[in-house]
Amino acid sequence: MYGSGEGVRPPYHAVAEWLGTQALGDLRQKLADAETMFRRTGITFAVYGSEDTSERLIPFDIIPRIISAAEWRKLAAGIEQRVRALNAFMFDIYHRQEIIRAGKVPEELIVSNSAFVPEMMGVSVPLGIYSHIIGIDIVRTGESDFFVLEDNTRTPSGVSYMLENRETMMHMFPDLFARNRVAPVENYPENLLKTLESVAPTGLKGEPTIALLTPGQFNSAYYEHSFLADQMGVELVEGRDLAVIDGYLQMKTTQGPRRIDVLYRRIDDDFLDPLVFRSDSVLGVPGLFDLYRAGRVTIVNAPGGGIADDKAIYSYIPEIIKFYTGRAPILQNVPTYNCRKADDLKYVLEHLPELVVKEVHGSGGYGMLVGPTASSSEIEAFRAKLTANPSNYIAQPTLALSTSPTMVEAGVAPRHLDLRPFVLVGDEVRMTAGGLTRVAMRAGSLVVNSSQGGGTKDTWVLQD
Amino acid sequence: MLGRTANDLYWLARYVERAENMARLIEVGYRIVLLPRDGEGAHEEWRSTLASAGCAQGFFDKHETLSTRDVINYLLFDCTNPSSVKSCLAAARRNGRAQRTSLTRDMWESLNAAWIEFSAIKPESVTAGELPRILDWVRSRSALYRGAMLNTILRNDTFFFMQLGTFLERADNTSRILDVKYYVLLPHVEMVGSGIDAVQWAAILRSVSAHRSYRWVYKENYKPWRIAEYLILNQAMPRSLRSCYEQIGVTLDDLAEYYGGQHACHGTATGTRQRLAKGDIDNIFQSGLHEFIEDFISRNNRLGNEVADAYHFNG
Repeated sequence: MYGSGEGVRPPYHAVAEWLGTQALGDLRQKLADAETMFRRTGITFAVYGSEDTSERLIPFDIIPRIISAAEWRKLAAGIEQRVRALNAFMFDIYHRQEIIRAGKVPEELIVSNSAFVPEMMGVSVPLGIYSHIIGIDIVRTGESDFFVLEDNTRTPSGVSYMLENRETMMHMFPDLFARNRVAPVENYPENLLKTLESVAPTGLKGEPTIALLTPGQFNSAYYEHSFLADQMGVELVEGRDLAVIDGYLQMKTTQGPRRIDVLYRRIDDDFLDPLVFRSDSVLGVPGLFDLYRAGRVTIVNAPGGGIADDKAIYSYIPEIIKFYTGRAPILQNVPTYNCRKADDLKYVLEHLPELVVKEVHGSGGYGMLVGPTASSSEIEAFRAKLTANPSNYIAQPTLALSTSPTMVEAGVAPRHLDLRPFVLVGDEVRMTAGGLTRVAMRAGSLVVNSSQGGGTKDTWVLQD
Repeated sequence: MLGRTANDLYWLARYVERAENMARLIEVGYRIVLLPRDGEGAHEEWRSTLASAGCAQGFFDKHETLSTRDVINYLLFDCTNPSSVKSCLAAARRNGRAQRTSLTRDMWESLNAAWIEFSAIKPESVTAGELPRILDWVRSRSALYRGAMLNTILRNDTFFFMQLGTFLERADNTSRILDVKYYVLLPHVEMVGSGIDAVQWAAILRSVSAHRSYRWVYKENYKPWRIAEYLILNQAMPRSLRSCYEQIGVTLDDLAEYYGGQHACHGTATGTRQRLAKGDIDNIFQSGLHEFIEDFISRNNRLGNEVADAYHFNG
């Protein structure tokens, strides 16, 4: 909220003023009301490995995070450039691999990468798009310094929280919206539907039938799956509802089998088709991949998209952007040490207490070391893992992440946050202003993942 | 609509209806047990409550003797009893959550709130004085859910499958009460004319919330054959077999029109519906009340299976 100079930065003026007039007790009451609303609606989230595995609320903070129109314009331009380049990269990797021939990305980084799906080689996908739904994690470290922390090109989640957070805020604080011109977010489901329709199998006549594939109601993101299916008016299906019948993907309806043209899947590649990937998967559909290769159904996002959000590839993204767009990246990467490189590994091992070390294929904040807050025994344990398998890790300096006022036990206090805008790539690039703001609820913590106790905030992009 | 969705919606409605019926059965059983009389009688009453609820086998697998506390606990809170109020609310909510997209927000919120509130009740802290309040609460929650459904849901297949679930379950419940208690409705019993019979007749009517409406319809004291007629053949009584089958018939007609086609279930339902519409209580007594009810129960079960087959409930 504060810049390098004196006082509150302009985008926050109205909210800071409002915050100054609110009694702490009233704000707490509002927060309790919001939690009751979330529980009633059933916006819950399962945390793997926790004792009560059933359902939990993600902490919601009632003080919005604010981005000015000018800041958003820059972010949006950078994001659009990035998602176009990422898709061009995936197309290239699964076709002629020009970027490897040009020596910009090492071959072994691709072919020996577990996120690379060789079965996708030469497959032609509608509009040449692989990753239709992308979440780009962005952090801010200064007034005009935004960095991309990571790309999520497989099945990014969290968009339902972006929508429900706004819904809740508008319900509880209508006067705040009257005083600020906040860009709307509720067009996301409609844009998602348009995007899905635009990548229907080539040559399909008539309206495509779309379905959302979920692993089921015990998945951590089930609420989001059902929310999106509902908002788009498409069937929410599980693997057991699907079968390959008469050469097409069909869902088993009350009136018999019905064809599906576009499958928005929220299960991982490994589980899609037991005949091609994990043979013990019961979440997917035997024979699905063959249909996909034959162009009889579109899978969104395409299998194999993980090659673009792999943390080892991440450090090459600036090169990738230059290679495919011919321009310098608008948004910068966080400086990254690739532990597969001997020099980088040496540096990382010498500076563990200052660095954040992550697994190359990890997500959700699991299996990472946050040097500055780790104990010396945690650091030594991590050192052993790192030395044993260096190419499994990357490291980044600890960034001075921006903070935003947040309701905590002691009152209103600054907490670190990041931003995940959601981008849709189909016949055009569609973006919702803002995204999901995740906030670390513990003082000083930099880990914002909901699986690690992080919370969320409504994100406002102000209009000029 | 997915076959699995239809199955979940149908069972969601059955579970909500079952929770409500269970609350009513417990309430009636408890009233009778409170009456001053010999100790044995109370046990017998619980035995028939358990039988009417279809829970006798499960209860005696777990308990050797009958005690009021054990019975109430088994019927209200026991998660090993698939028909306990708690199991029903949990299953209804689970199905609702799986089919969140088919329910309106009002329906989901009432279902979710019911589960959250009920699961917060600690069985050991429920005193005799609190029991009626809890049972009232269960009924009001079921009513709230149904009200939310009737007020907000589109009249399409979502609605039709839930209606089928509700009325098949209700017909099943009313017929099981009749099956367990039919002997107090047989004509010769009236000759005996003990005070206990009047209590039993009132209990049967209460267990389908019909003890007051009976007086409005028949304008006379409880007569066993009238009670049987009321529960089986009266079209105006919303828990009678006839009334349930009128609803089932209308709903199956709607489905046939919606999907454009009839199945075996349509024939079975029409047969049962006609039999009830043309039914005469004297004939039923002559050819055997018990046989009539047994036959009804088996036809009702068959209809449930035929509906599941016709609409691909299991894929």
